Amino acid sequence: MNIIGKPLNRVDAYDKVTGKAKYTPDLVSPHALHAKVLHSTIANGWVKEFDLSEAWKVEGVVDIVTCFDVPDIQFPTAGHPWSTEPKHQDIADRKLLNARVRCYADDIAAVVAETEIAAEVAVRKIKVTYEEYTPILSIEDAMKEGATVIHEEKPNNVVVHSSYEIGSFEEAIKEKGLIKVVGDYETPIVTHCHIEPANSFAYMEDGKIVVVSSTQIPHIVRRVCSQALGVGFGTIRIVKPYIGGGFGNKQDALTEPLNAYLTTRVGGRPVRLAYTREETFACTRTRHAMKFHIESYIRPDGSFAARSIEAYSNQGAYASHAHALVANSVNGFRMMYPVGAIKGEAYTVYTNMPTAGAMRAYGIPQIGFALEAHVDDIVAKTGFDSIKIRKQNMMKLGFVDPVTTITCHSTGLEECIDKGEKYLSYTKKRKEYEKQDGPIRRGVGMAIFCYKTGVYPISLETSAVRMLLNQDGSLQVQMGATEIGQGADTVFAMMAAETVGLTMDKIHMVSKQDTDVTPYDTGAYASRQSYVSGLALKKTAETFKKKLLEFAGFMLKCDPWDLDIKENYIVHTNKDERLLSVAEVALESCYSMTNSQHISAEETHHCTDNTYSFGVCFVEVEVDIPMCQVKVLDIINVHDSGTILNHQTARGQVHGGMSMGLGYGLYERHLFDPKTGRMYNDNLLDYKLMTALDTPDLHADFVETYDPTGPYGNKSLGEPPTIPVAPAIRNAVLNATGVAINAIPLHPQRLFGAFTDAGLIK
Amino acid sequence: MKIQVTVNGIAYEKDVAEHRTLLHFLRDDLGLTGTKEGCGAGECGACTVYFNGKTVNSCMVLAVEANGGTIETIEGEAQDGVLSRLQDAFDRHHAVQCGFCTAGMIMSARELIHHTPHPTVKEIQDGLEGNFCRCTGYEQIIEAILDATGGYREKEELVYVREQ
Repeated sequence: MNIIGKPLNRVDAYDKVTGKAKYTPDLVSPHALHAKVLHSTIANGWVKEFDLSEAWKVEGVVDIVTCFDVPDIQFPTAGHPWSTEPKHQDIADRKLLNARVRCYADDIAAVVAETEIAAEVAVRKIKVTYEEYTPILSIEDAMKEGATVIHEEKPNNVVVHSSYEIGSFEEAIKEKGLIKVVGDYETPIVTHCHIEPANSFAYMEDGKIVVVSSTQIPHIVRRVCSQALGVGFGTIRIVKPYIGGGFGNKQDALTEPLNAYLTTRVGGRPVRLAYTREETFACTRTRHAMKFHIESYIRPDGSFAARSIEAYSNQGAYASHAHALVANSVNGFRMMYPVGAIKGEAYTVYTNMPTAGAMRAYGIPQIGFALEAHVDDIVAKTGFDSIKIRKQNMMKLGFVDPVTTITCHSTGLEECIDKGEKYLSYTKKRKEYEKQDGPIRRGVGMAIFCYKTGVYPISLETSAVRMLLNQDGSLQVQMGATEIGQGADTVFAMMAAETVGLTMDKIHMVSKQDTDVTPYDTGAYASRQSYVSGLALKKTAETFKKKLLEFAGFMLKCDPWDLDIKENYIVHTNKDERLLSVAEVALESCYSMTNSQHISAEETHHCTDNTYSFGVCFVEVEVDIPMCQVKVLDIINVHDSGTILNHQTARGQVHGGMSMGLGYGLYERHLFDPKTGRMYNDNLLDYKLMTALDTPDLHADFVETYDPTGPYGNKSLGEPPTIPVAPAIRNAVLNATGVAINAIPLHPQRLFGAFTDAGLIK
Repeated sequence: MKIQVTVNGIAYEKDVAEHRTLLHFLRDDLGLTGTKEGCGAGECGACTVYFNGKTVNSCMVLAVEANGGTIETIEGEAQDGVLSRLQDAFDRHHAVQCGFCTAGMIMSARELIHHTPHPTVKEIQDGLEGNFCRCTGYEQIIEAILDATGGYREKEELVYVREQ
């Protein structure tokens, strides 16, 4: 391959380093109205009444909408492809504004005003009378007999309960000589922290509602808006400019449905609905907090005879992505070590916490922490080698998952482990660090993961791409797949250049999606785009090239089969002699008096396969026991994501994921008032997002395999790097101190408790 | 209130409300939307601009405070369409992902280089302390700044050498 694999510059970097790149807030009309949402000050109850009299007196107020005015339609918000089968459809459990208050800061009313300040002042002057119930914040309280019902459709507050069993667990544990290891693990609520807050603006034009939004999923948001307002899909148009990060939060309809409705209330005038940083924290989506109970039965030779998992996922107030997350977690538990009998059970439970949704790696960082911590607990109890036991039991080439049928088409996991082990001298250091005393100790830890590529066969995987030849021989590429910072447009441009035979400067990626124009694609999530949309792009490029060569054949009066395209020129197949430039073909095709045609191609690829990417994190830490501090001394992630399309974008994905994993393991969590359910740390000072100073040197490395199902041998990379970091750190702390801590983040208070219990602090 | 400011070398005289922040003045009154708002509370650094030779969070400065002052924003960084050393290094090192923190990062990096022309990694980390980035883990941003200041040594895996 000529272009794929090269560390080329990003196609959007020039616009981004010069400030020219336009994001949603940069496109708002200066005459737009401003909307502000009134959020509830209780977490559980009903809005009984509003007193709007003082709010209406604020100068500049144009409209006030309450939960009693909005359409009586419940709609789903999750950024999943829609299913035409009712039982597979997302749960429709919220209205645009809700009288039944289900979390602190629930959306109950909105003001539209001439200025942002007027809207804000008016919102504060609205008086609300509530009927208030005790907030239910924990899964345990939500599942108690007689707990207040949060959604009447789910009388026991359980959104979904699911289970599976591979082989017979009860039979398998009867085997003689098995060693039993049991563990309970817990992960916190964290949030995405994209630097551009959730925001949109909406207006009406040509009888349609146009919503310009910072979203990962324009085509899905269009569907959700149409459902929320009860209007046809075709009457909604979503425009997605550059977006300032998403990480899964913007894989959900956030401000868009209400924004779409508000413009209809004011005669189609542009209305801006921009969430503040505080609202982005408290009123969008979070990563699900989960609890796991794991039991493992291990044979004396180290092989896993039987394993079971029970998982509980705190969904918060509304379903959003709901059970898909924890289902992914318990599936991941099975897939990583697919040996022996395995059974899994999962509950997704409504509470009065903020709504949890998609976040980078979708349930796998949670199970990744629990499972990889548990493997080291097995190692601690049995004395098996921590690498050998993983290699012995982990997924191998050719594995077919019995539940999803997802097949392991390629794996470089073993090489990834070896590379990371060598980098850190893990085995040697691990032994060295086992017997330390003194207040400051060192430790090494590791963790592995597997991750799917896209959502097939759980959901639809489809993508469409359009290519148009410009008169100068350059190529316009229009895709429904979205650039959200991950570098999608760059690798798509590389794929187009590679397959058509053009140089990179001839490729124009149309980065902005407009659902009225852009071909259909469900968007950026599940690390799917370079695989699923990449397959669609390759297919389109092949069709486009064929059409271009047909026209070149007409011009050259020769068989198109004898022609090829190399570096913007039509050449004889297998010869490099340049016959004609693509620019000449383009000009003639457009303006030929005898055979004018616009050379273009559009193809849809319906992907019916999936594949696993793999990786490992190795980390060395220093633990200051009296100060209850963990310092990362060295860290490396090694990934098998198939062919690396662009080493620089790939490194960027790995570094960003590692950073998020470090935050997950060491610093990040949301704190809530136990009485009201209000989020305490809804700002970037109190939420411990890592700065440059907090970040250790991050090492990224790859083992390149060629996946036969990927368009260029590539498989998922965007989300996975965040998965193995937290468990690797936890296992390093275990190695350093002998203390197994089964919850994250490893903040000083937690370490103090654990070290005190272990007798290290007296 | 009427204010006079020089932004990227151009003199402006504008009427602004007393409560208008410098950030909103730049974005909404002058159309310089390269400077971003990430929090509006001085926490994230996305709105960092140069004000009288020092970086400030423009969301924490009122436009009226800028009266008589000189301001430089990301729009003034490239000269005649040619990227500055920093911008070019950010481009080549993929120090940009979503791009929302980039303008502020470049402004902070510029101030750092102004007083420390050849910064160490630690000095770069200190200089970027007030700028959050969720995409990059800061690694390639640090590489880019090292490269722009002559401190970058390319190794096999493009991993730069950090002082001990």
